[in-house]
Amino acid sequence: MSLMNWIDKRIPFSNTMKLHVTEYPAPKNFNFWYLMGSLAIVVLVNQIVTGIWLTMSYNPSAEGAFASVEYIMRDVEYGWLLRYMHSTGASAFFVVVYLHMFRGLMYGSYQKPRELLWIFGMLIFLVLMAEAFMGYLLPWGQMSYWGAQVIISLFGAIPIIGDDLTTWIRGDYVISGATLNRFFALHVIALPLVLVILVFLHLIALHEVGSNNPDGIDIKKPKGSVPEEEQAKFKFHERYTNKYDIVDAIPFHPYYTVKDIVGLVVFLILCSLVIFYAPTMGGFFLEPPNFQAADPMVTPEHIAPVWYFTPFYAILRAVPDKLTGVILMFGAIVMLALIPWLDRAKARSVRYRSTLHKVNLTQFAISFVILGYLGAMPATDLYTFIARVCTILYFGFFIALFFYSKNEKIKPLPERLTK
Amino acid sequence: MSNAPVDKGRRRFLTVATSVVGGAGVVGAAVPFIASWNPSAKARIAGAPVEVKIDKIEPGQLVRVEWRGAPVWVIRRTQEMLDSLPLADSRLRDPESNEPQQPEYAKNQHRSINPEWFIAVGICTHLGCSPQYFERNFGIAEGIDSGFFCACHGSRFDIAGRVFQGVPAPSNLVVPPHYFIDDETVLVGEEEGAA
Repeated sequence: MSLMNWIDKRIPFSNTMKLHVTEYPAPKNFNFWYLMGSLAIVVLVNQIVTGIWLTMSYNPSAEGAFASVEYIMRDVEYGWLLRYMHSTGASAFFVVVYLHMFRGLMYGSYQKPRELLWIFGMLIFLVLMAEAFMGYLLPWGQMSYWGAQVIISLFGAIPIIGDDLTTWIRGDYVISGATLNRFFALHVIALPLVLVILVFLHLIALHEVGSNNPDGIDIKKPKGSVPEEEQAKFKFHERYTNKYDIVDAIPFHPYYTVKDIVGLVVFLILCSLVIFYAPTMGGFFLEPPNFQAADPMVTPEHIAPVWYFTPFYAILRAVPDKLTGVILMFGAIVMLALIPWLDRAKARSVRYRSTLHKVNLTQFAISFVILGYLGAMPATDLYTFIARVCTILYFGFFIALFFYSKNEKIKPLPERLTK
Repeated sequence: MSNAPVDKGRRRFLTVATSVVGGAGVVGAAVPFIASWNPSAKARIAGAPVEVKIDKIEPGQLVRVEWRGAPVWVIRRTQEMLDSLPLADSRLRDPESNEPQQPEYAKNQHRSINPEWFIAVGICTHLGCSPQYFERNFGIAEGIDSGFFCACHGSRFDIAGRVFQGVPAPSNLVVPPHYFIDDETVLVGEEEGAA
């Protein structure tokens, strides 16, 4: 181990590994929902690696982009696989991130002291959406082109500076090669860098406050308050044990690494099924009009964003006024970011909260899914009406939560984790 | 080394002054990065006017030309279409074209120089899709048989590009600057008498 010694004298390798991996205390009752964070990291690595390989054959110009994607699909060895891994990875990213966020909502993982952790998470979500949006322009198909046209036009709703702002974003009076080039630069360099930095901050903040758990009960008790024989029997890093008595915890490695690997195998099987048997996922992961090259003169009859944007898109469409629609669409995300301060309940986990809260959270999830469906469909009168109802329910979740959570009747909280 | 006592006021002044000068430098350095996102000289030149030959266009026909990369429609309206314009007035958001979506010379009911010829940028004022042209069977009301429908979010415009009420689009379609060079040619993108 003299090599290890040599390294540790120069960079705190062993200590960091202990602090964050082998001697990091994680609550012993993590369930299915706690797989999503690890899976998101695996998907991020997949996106970066396949993305780098795709740039080797892709041509970011209005004249060459569409053809170069066909070239990747037909002529580059295993190009089709790299591209489908990247496109399926984008959807998989949003699947795990949405589940990850819903986990946080269920178990109150945003409540004090984890507000900043939640904010970093919301920033990751925002950057991820920007990353996905810009990536979708790159194949330069009909849906790439007109989808981007619609989204960039959203900024035109801003009074006074709107029109100049959209021209500035596009670098042209319409979407053109200039837009494609800058989106390429942002998609492959700027945003991935920001994303990786935010993920790092998210993890550092997580390890500072410690993981929440399905019971929402702290596993760090005040120092000296727990008898020796009731404390967790594992060796944890002194950073944690010096300040707290740790109960009901196990080290992240090997216990949760092994658990996460089991989940990862199932996840990779599911991803493989999509990549090999349904890469377009019936038009939801890759939309049919995108197999036609971009044509600035003709809009496809029905424009819908990729599935992960549809809930927000449905909110935009539900509002008959342009500016209000845009404000509500962005407001839907802002509300989520504000939830640490909207929820004033004394309990974290939904397990110990009132029936009213359970109903409210359930209706929120259902409204979100319905909005997601409606956003992918053409707007008929009936669908618009349902979208309006769901938009009200979506925002109603936050407003109701703010009022009832203050004096919410919660079940008695246990001292320790229940199982 | 001098043993003079620390002058806190002087130290604070120097800190603030350095920060302000440094901050101004950062703002200055940001200018090229932000300005480089504006349309390049090449893109601006591509915004040059285009000439459209109109002598072969049939009544009721729509011809698409590209100006600044966007579709511009040139439509030769029939008498029937022109007759339907007053019928739509009560259903429109801005029947008088009060919003500055057109040059002065097109601020009239038919929104053009010559009633027969309608020239507009074929981009929906909601979120930028290109609406579909209905030469007939527009079916919005008795007597209004032609118009434009944007399939993206359901906005409707009459045959003078005026937006109907109760749709997401906030304003009328844009009429670009244009003028007739002679009976056979229209120039899109430039006013008469401009450079």
